[in-house]
Amino acid sequence: MPEVDLAIIGAGPAGMAAAAAAAGGGARVLILDEQPRAGGQIYRNLGAGDDARAYLGPDYFAGRALIAALDGAGIRAEFGATVWRVEPGGRVVWSQGGKSHMATARHVLLAGGAQERPTPFPGWTLPGVMPAGAAQILMKTSGLLPRDAVLAGCGPLLYLIAAQLIEAGAPPRALVETQTPAAMLGAMRHLPGAFAAFPMLFKGVRLIARIVAAGVARHTGASGFNASPTGDGGIVFSFRTGRRAHQLQTPLLLTHQGVVPSTHISRAAGVAHEWNAAQQAFQPKTDDWGATDVNGIHVAGDGAGIGGAEAAQAAGRLAAFDILYRLGRWSADARNQRAAADRAALRRAWAIRPFLDCAYAPAPEILAPEGDTIVCRCEEITAAQIRQSYAEGAIGPRQVKTATRAGMGHCQGRMCDLTTRGILASCGAAPAAPRARSPIKPVTLGELAALAAHQETSS
Amino acid sequence: MKIASRFLTRPDTTGTVRLTVDGAPFTARAGDTVAAALLAVSGDAFRQTGKGAPRAAYCMMGVCFDCLIEVDGQPNSQGCMTQVRDGMVLRRQHGLRRLSGDEDRA
Repeated sequence: MPEVDLAIIGAGPAGMAAAAAAAGGGARVLILDEQPRAGGQIYRNLGAGDDARAYLGPDYFAGRALIAALDGAGIRAEFGATVWRVEPGGRVVWSQGGKSHMATARHVLLAGGAQERPTPFPGWTLPGVMPAGAAQILMKTSGLLPRDAVLAGCGPLLYLIAAQLIEAGAPPRALVETQTPAAMLGAMRHLPGAFAAFPMLFKGVRLIARIVAAGVARHTGASGFNASPTGDGGIVFSFRTGRRAHQLQTPLLLTHQGVVPSTHISRAAGVAHEWNAAQQAFQPKTDDWGATDVNGIHVAGDGAGIGGAEAAQAAGRLAAFDILYRLGRWSADARNQRAAADRAALRRAWAIRPFLDCAYAPAPEILAPEGDTIVCRCEEITAAQIRQSYAEGAIGPRQVKTATRAGMGHCQGRMCDLTTRGILASCGAAPAAPRARSPIKPVTLGELAALAAHQETSS
Repeated sequence: MKIASRFLTRPDTTGTVRLTVDGAPFTARAGDTVAAALLAVSGDAFRQTGKGAPRAAYCMMGVCFDCLIEVDGQPNSQGCMTQVRDGMVLRRQHGLRRLSGDEDRA
């Protein structure tokens, strides 16, 4: 007998919106998140009630209502809960406080969100090089402000963080962007389609104007990223624009090349995935409601393809409506009628993606690096080693893993899988289906043994 | 803590939790993670890899495992997923851990 109607994994915009909608329809909901409180990365730490950080902007504080709604009836929320296994049939296993726990649900919604795309270049493993989103997490959770930072890479998040730093009185030293004028020009053909997302476009233009007005040095069309350490722990960041070589010194180099769906959990659950060429990432195959090919498993939010927080909320609610229908609580008509507003919101939010995906496509040198650039951070495997293993007959990511150990470390390939595939593709290898197996996060043998002992005594 | 922090700490974030790293005392803000607390006071590496390369906290969201550090005797703890506690003892790691938690110096 399932203990809950719906288990939601991830308490970001998609998961929180789904929890409120499902509980509102009378479902018993369990929502699990790895972090200490709800919000996901976008609304990280917002629930802590710290109003002193107005510089984070109104979009951040807009998450309040979603977080408050988790206190509603019918929702059990567990935080600090790392889900490491989801089984077809609805059993969910998570680690919390050094112990593993299980629950069975009639439906499971995966709402694990996104991670930043790994940005390999020479020196990206040095202390003093971080993803820009990681620095923003530190701004949200701890009030830490990057000191004289250089922002480098591409994507709207760089503009937002630069503007937040300016607002907070700690402007970045420079903004170095990899997108080329040609890419921007190519993206213009998507602008008419993006008209429905005009407020979002306008926000972006205002952010850029703010950065320019603050006098932050800006370079575009940059390539040839390289970071090396100075004697006092700083970073020397070199890059080229056209034929011109540049060098900047900074305590903190913050990189970004967009975000990609976190798919380890959907892969390990046996869900079919597809390659999204526009976003250069894998995503689970879902229907209009977020349902997958595995009975009882839905996926919503950025984990099903990058669409941003507003799209994630709408998709989370649509999945909840479909689950209420499948639970027999709602008729198909009721589901379809309730869905109209969120379908419209989803269309509006998606309208800007073709433009963004094209204008801020990841830099080719990041997708398929060469030489001594480390690809697998855990096992310290370089691009040259991966290319060498391909030359010696490792034709896919699994063979490369066996040959080099790339992808065999603690992070289970989260930081290298896309890059390994990018390198193999650049060598002419055929694409291979993505895989993952539980436990999808490291669990101690002691924890597994305790879980098995508990099962034996209770069965 | 030889290298200065790469971050400015806002005045609204004064530390009240007392802990040590490699024996040196420092303070952190209640509710912070071990990784954020260390980054606030020092720009140094969190650990050295098996090949001796310095690494510090990277993704801050539990994905990359670069922030591994010994927390109260427990090696390979994710600094960015562990909350600070009064009296916590942190040790930076050098090289890989054995199953026993000791350093692998072979």
